[in-house]
Amino acid sequence: MPNQTEQGARSAFLNENLRRRARYQLVFLLLVAALVVITVLNINTGSVAIPVGEIFRILLGQAKDSAQYSIIWKIRLPRILMAALLGGGLSLSGFLLQTFFGNPIAGPFVLGISSGAKMVVALTMIYALHFFSHVSSWALIVAAFAGSLMSVGFILLLSRKLKHMAILLVAGIMIGYICSAVTDFVVTFAEDADIINLRGWSLGSFSGMSWDNVAVAAVVVGITAAVIFTMAKPIGAYQLGEAYAQSMGVNIKAFRVALIVVSSLLSATVTAFAGPISFVGIAVPHLVKRALNTSKPLIVIPAVFLGGAVFCMGCDLIARIAFAPTELNISTVTSVFGAPVVIAMMLRRQGGRAA
Amino acid sequence: MSDFYFSTQQLTVGYDGVPLIHDITIDIARGEIVTLIGPNGSGKSTILKSITRQLKMIGGQVFIASEELRKLSYKDLSTKMAVVLTERMKPELMTCRDIVATGRYPYTGRLGILSAQDEAKMEEAMAAVHALDLRNRDFNAISDGQRQRVLLARAICQEPEIIILDEPTSFLDIRHKLQLLSILRGMAKQKGITVIMSLHEIDLAQKISDKIICVKGDHIARAGEPDKVFDEDAIRDLYEIDQGTFDPVFGSIELPRPVGEPQVLVLSACGTGIPVFRRLQKQGVPFVAGILYTNDIDYRLARVLAMEVIEEKPFMPISDAAFNRALYWLDRCPRVINAGVEIGETNKRMAELIERARGKF
Repeated sequence: MPNQTEQGARSAFLNENLRRRARYQLVFLLLVAALVVITVLNINTGSVAIPVGEIFRILLGQAKDSAQYSIIWKIRLPRILMAALLGGGLSLSGFLLQTFFGNPIAGPFVLGISSGAKMVVALTMIYALHFFSHVSSWALIVAAFAGSLMSVGFILLLSRKLKHMAILLVAGIMIGYICSAVTDFVVTFAEDADIINLRGWSLGSFSGMSWDNVAVAAVVVGITAAVIFTMAKPIGAYQLGEAYAQSMGVNIKAFRVALIVVSSLLSATVTAFAGPISFVGIAVPHLVKRALNTSKPLIVIPAVFLGGAVFCMGCDLIARIAFAPTELNISTVTSVFGAPVVIAMMLRRQGGRAA
Repeated sequence: MSDFYFSTQQLTVGYDGVPLIHDITIDIARGEIVTLIGPNGSGKSTILKSITRQLKMIGGQVFIASEELRKLSYKDLSTKMAVVLTERMKPELMTCRDIVATGRYPYTGRLGILSAQDEAKMEEAMAAVHALDLRNRDFNAISDGQRQRVLLARAICQEPEIIILDEPTSFLDIRHKLQLLSILRGMAKQKGITVIMSLHEIDLAQKISDKIICVKGDHIARAGEPDKVFDEDAIRDLYEIDQGTFDPVFGSIELPRPVGEPQVLVLSACGTGIPVFRRLQKQGVPFVAGILYTNDIDYRLARVLAMEVIEEKPFMPISDAAFNRALYWLDRCPRVINAGVEIGETNKRMAELIERARGKF
């Protein structure tokens, strides 16, 4: 008799396993479908409408001399790719920071990492332009990375003293304000010519991306994302807390450094190209984990990347068309969609605690 | 080389380079259960954290299977040692099975994908702790007792030679405490897994452990087999008990006795006195108990709750000395309670005593 119930439990478990796998497949399928649809919509919409049939012809390299060809290849396509790459990178960065701090509300924007990057990039743009006529995208990434690490370092210092999550977040937000204040200060006293580029950039936008930008972002984000994927195993161990992770054989010190470096690199790349973008890093990982109903890094990492890409492309589309011909800042749109998610998440946690 | 599986030599532990406890020298054989006891804040956890390498050792050495702990890589250590910690984790969206699966970490490949063999080991571990039916439950949605069992399954499927548990029975009710400890005992004896843990329940520690280590102040106060370590004074010293007592025979604890001029003489035998003693203790009435043979179960409790126990050697007729002492108290106490005395060949004088007390019942 006990054997029978044992077998019953076993088959129920196998069913559950199948159901779970089906769910993962469904989520991935939906994400890919959304990616395709939004890509087409994104190419399709704008001040110049291009029919779908024409789009495919152009994408296949036909009709090279039409104006539509250059609109698609020079303006819309790089922008779309950039939104996808940076959105994915930003979400992944958020997921890593949440794992690191064991806190679902951690993210590059909230912890002041984006603002730190923004500050150093602004300084670089303004002062480097005195000496060089052109600042390369690599230089911007390096500057943003330095700024990110500065903020992260500061937060890590604080996190040794402040164990409470709310206080840590407040500290991050304060760091964000300080960095923004420094940036504003510099911008106020800079000459107009120096800050023409800066203004659009510092508000956050995917517009004006060149293929060079796309190439650089693709290399950095691609390599980093691949590295993160290979770190899925220790990330999974880390989700149980440091002490357990170490007892499973993870070299905690090395892992921590690696985690911080890759997540800063990702958010730095995003900031260098598109400026600080809010809420993506928190909202997307949360939504994706809920959809998958798991936090297994091996599955969550690619899904978060895809989800971030879809989210940012969608938001960029809205930014472009909502009040066309005027374009919104990307953060305006991501906040509108992201902030409610964060609030819902906090309410849910609070409810869970009370119960 | 010694035959011991785990040993420490002059180990000094503490936080941030400040020594807290020094000269810890312990030898543990394979398959033994060793329990650290001691008051709150005595440093039990500090010792456990040091031997699991969460804390840096300040001095001395630790050997596992004759290898020095410091020389083992984290990876090598992970196949020898598993842990169950006190800190309560709140993993997000993880089923119990996911938690148990993390125990296979040292054995899976680069991406941590589980093989059929891993799955089988997990099943086995979950079966060992009676947690198979919890497989698909959310780890955050189960009870403390279930959680502790799942964490133990996690540790078991890590296939360690030694498991370290920091206060595994905290938050558990009595049933789950017993269940957990029985699982540990079975594991240690059948699989030869060495267990080192800390417990708050000294009564349970005494019953499950092969060795007890008393941690107090800056050193190990006592160590050894439970029957050597557990005497009343040692426990009193260790925990600085100033209210109540600990009886090492059955590991029972009692609140302090009522003090003052005895008001009641309790006549009892063979356990009939126990409920009476407890009632008087709760009411705060000082009393005298007698005449009790020193092997009587009533005697063990009366010893710690009564102002005085009139005693007699086992299997002997009641002596004049004891009888007169009983008469003395019979005279002085305003009240006598006869809790029920079985009269036999040796204690027939009790019948006479009861007869004389008749007016005071």
